[in-house]
Amino acid sequence: MLDQTPKEIVARSGICINPLKTCQPVGALYAALGVSRCLPHSHGSQGCVSYHRTLLTRHFKEPAVASSSSFTEGASVFGGGANLKQSVKNIFDVYNPDIIAVHTTCLSETIGDDLGSFIQELDLPEGKIVVHCNTPSYVGSHVTGFGQMVAGFVKYLAKKEEKSDQIGVFPGFVNPGDIRELRRLLALMGVSAIILPDPSDVLDGPMTGAYQMFPEGGTSLREIAALGGVKRALALGLLASKEPALALKSKCGVETDLCPQPMGVANTDAFLMRLSAISGQPIARELELERGRLLDLMLDANQYYYQKKVAIFGDPDTVIGLTTMALELGLTPKYLATGTPWEGFVTEVKTILGQYDALEGTRVKAGTDFFELHQWIKNEPVDLLIGTSYGKQIAKAEDIPMVRAGFPILDRYGHAHHPLIGYEGARRLAELTLGALMDRYDRDCADEDLDVVL
Amino acid sequence: MPRDILEERRKSISLAGGSLDCDKASLAGAVSQRACVYCGARVVLNPITDAFHLVHGPIGCASYTWDIRGSLSAGSELYRQSFSTDLRERDIVFGGEAKLRAGLREIAEIYRPPVIFIYATCVVGVIGDDVEAVAREAEKAYGIRVIVIQSPGFAGHKSLGYRLAGEALMKLLSPQADPASQPQARQPQARQPKVRGLNILGDYNLAGEMWIIKNYYREIGLPVIASFTGDSTCAELRKAPTAALNVVQCAGSMTYLAKRLEEEYGIPWIKASFFGLEDTARALRETVDLLGSAEERSRAEALIARESRRAEAAIKPYLPGLKGKKAAIFVGGGFKAISLIRQFRALGLETVLVGTQTGQKEEYEVMANLASPGTVILDDANPSELEAFMREKGADILVGGVKERPLAYKLGVAFCDHNHERQAPLAGFVGVENFTREIDLTINSPVWSYVQAAGVTLS
Repeated sequence: MLDQTPKEIVARSGICINPLKTCQPVGALYAALGVSRCLPHSHGSQGCVSYHRTLLTRHFKEPAVASSSSFTEGASVFGGGANLKQSVKNIFDVYNPDIIAVHTTCLSETIGDDLGSFIQELDLPEGKIVVHCNTPSYVGSHVTGFGQMVAGFVKYLAKKEEKSDQIGVFPGFVNPGDIRELRRLLALMGVSAIILPDPSDVLDGPMTGAYQMFPEGGTSLREIAALGGVKRALALGLLASKEPALALKSKCGVETDLCPQPMGVANTDAFLMRLSAISGQPIARELELERGRLLDLMLDANQYYYQKKVAIFGDPDTVIGLTTMALELGLTPKYLATGTPWEGFVTEVKTILGQYDALEGTRVKAGTDFFELHQWIKNEPVDLLIGTSYGKQIAKAEDIPMVRAGFPILDRYGHAHHPLIGYEGARRLAELTLGALMDRYDRDCADEDLDVVL
Repeated sequence: MPRDILEERRKSISLAGGSLDCDKASLAGAVSQRACVYCGARVVLNPITDAFHLVHGPIGCASYTWDIRGSLSAGSELYRQSFSTDLRERDIVFGGEAKLRAGLREIAEIYRPPVIFIYATCVVGVIGDDVEAVAREAEKAYGIRVIVIQSPGFAGHKSLGYRLAGEALMKLLSPQADPASQPQARQPQARQPKVRGLNILGDYNLAGEMWIIKNYYREIGLPVIASFTGDSTCAELRKAPTAALNVVQCAGSMTYLAKRLEEEYGIPWIKASFFGLEDTARALRETVDLLGSAEERSRAEALIARESRRAEAAIKPYLPGLKGKKAAIFVGGGFKAISLIRQFRALGLETVLVGTQTGQKEEYEVMANLASPGTVILDDANPSELEAFMREKGADILVGGVKERPLAYKLGVAFCDHNHERQAPLAGFVGVENFTREIDLTINSPVWSYVQAAGVTLS
């Protein structure tokens, strides 16, 4: 379907073609689903929330519930205060969550709704809470929207007085499978942690025959309050967790380490070393063995990865993590792209490429789109694509094998259950990559070039 | 009625027989399954395969509607891509016109499409962009027809979007406004000679359904002039005013256009449904009665007899496994819901719940008459209502769209996608076979037995 993409690259200033990002509110909605008994609420037109729920459902294959202020013409002229008031009343009357997490939209931001004062004026039922964050759709991307919502929870609910000997972890914009892996790593390293948000059990719920509007999962309000008194916090994902880290530092004075997602060997090593420093325990034997098995696999198959050119695309934190992983496997990252407008991405990725002396001939760009990525590939092809589902249109047009990773993955099942982080995530990625490359080689090569016996 | 239903929502729910409120704005705070004005307009216009669909606004609206509708094309795939002016904070402050202007220039340079649709979303009206003026300017500069759809989400719900799409299509058909047309072609279409043939309205060629319907008419000998809008091109749609009849399949989205085409081009129209053996046969018969010769009538009868026989034989093995099961329906428009009630009855299933996002009063009356007493009918339902009533009524299967699928599964209820994610065509005689097979595979999936074996009681 992409045969109309011309090879010749002309600078564009007016249109985005085939976006590599979406808007802030959906990220905020996803973050809010990771809080226990929380109903995300979109303060804007009713279509927004319908799209966000659909996108999340398509990615997680799970119900994603959220409500809307359902703006009318009147609200867009006179402000949405009355709509919010009515929404909050209806929501607590009928759905009865413990907390409503409101995020704004392009519309409510542009007409200048002041959510902070709207919320102060609300007459809430005993024990019920409403928090908010600002997520105009014309700023950042779904990734920053996620960070804004997490920061919103911290600003409203974290309490300095609630002393805790735990640590805090902001996991960033990752899948429930990553959260499960994160929890396992923390436990193996003897670190007790509060994770915010925690979408596991909410967006990877088991089949029980019962539908729960608020599944048993998510960070509890009690835990969010206690985040204010943790001894230290780790913020994973340089972009997604930046705002939450700043919020926790400025509100409660908690020292926070902002680190890349623990994807690939070196990043996971560094992450575990941090945990080791916190708990004073050595790296768990089990993790050493896992690391060993990962390296064993990487070594066994290294000739199939070596110098294969790869394009990696998706959200900044994911692409940064996957770039490291790709270099570790011996792949040659050629194009590194994100739609999110954040120049820190370019600096980060170039630093990593520089460390491996792999800068030459690469293109690294933030705020770009699939159209431009496709044009790069048309001019100089790659052997492999790693990224999100819409990349498959390029994969098909150019007949390039593809490994799915990141958000969103709409056209396959199971991805949200598996981690990309830790040695286990790296092992899975190594295997998926190898499978994609070898399947392609097997398809095209002569029988004798890739026999049953390797 | 279950307890946890919002007081204001009670008027939108009926236990067959009573009247109900519909076509109202969604309640603030409700978890509505409904989409917005832009979505309605985009759904209708999107399948025009060679048109350029440009969303003027922040990125979200364009990215959420990118290649998700499942409409197939025999030619151009331009419509499957996502184009947006991706407005940023700076544009919100200083206005988005400059970016739109640059965007239109780039489109003209890169793609040169015959028509550009500009969808102006929520924020564009608020910041005061004069989208029409920019469109006229571009039309002049590049000789490409540019049609603006003012579709802010807050202006109403999906139904208004359908109407706006209808208006945009009327603009497309008007040759006066086409900068590329020759002066001699600029005569009122109503005076252009009619040809013997029909337009199909309201089929979006999901999984190739438009092709199935067109093939039936081809076999009968009735020419199809234009298809709104499944697998259509701008040039083909412009021939629509010469048709002698409009056959309207999805009445929810296309009644407005049908009425306008009747007023302005004198084309009579009929509602038709191609879902189910009964409705498909009726639709074909009604068309030949109005347009066909005796010979065509007998060809239609032969086709109906042959295809019905084949479909009936194909579904027969499935019927015992479906008999007596209870069905819940939650779809976009009312006319489809009515067809589905009939289709379920033909398969031996009883419909216990039916709801739509945008059904009209008269459609709800038909549903109430068709459904058995006690059937729950609801307008603009939300997940808790669907859950409560599916449980209460003991539904075995839900027919709906993407957001309803995981809800059904979580409840232990089987599911069939009758929306844009259907993989196999569900229209026409062959659609009955596919529909039956899908109902069977989901109701009788082996997984359910493991779920039950684990001690889970299903709905």
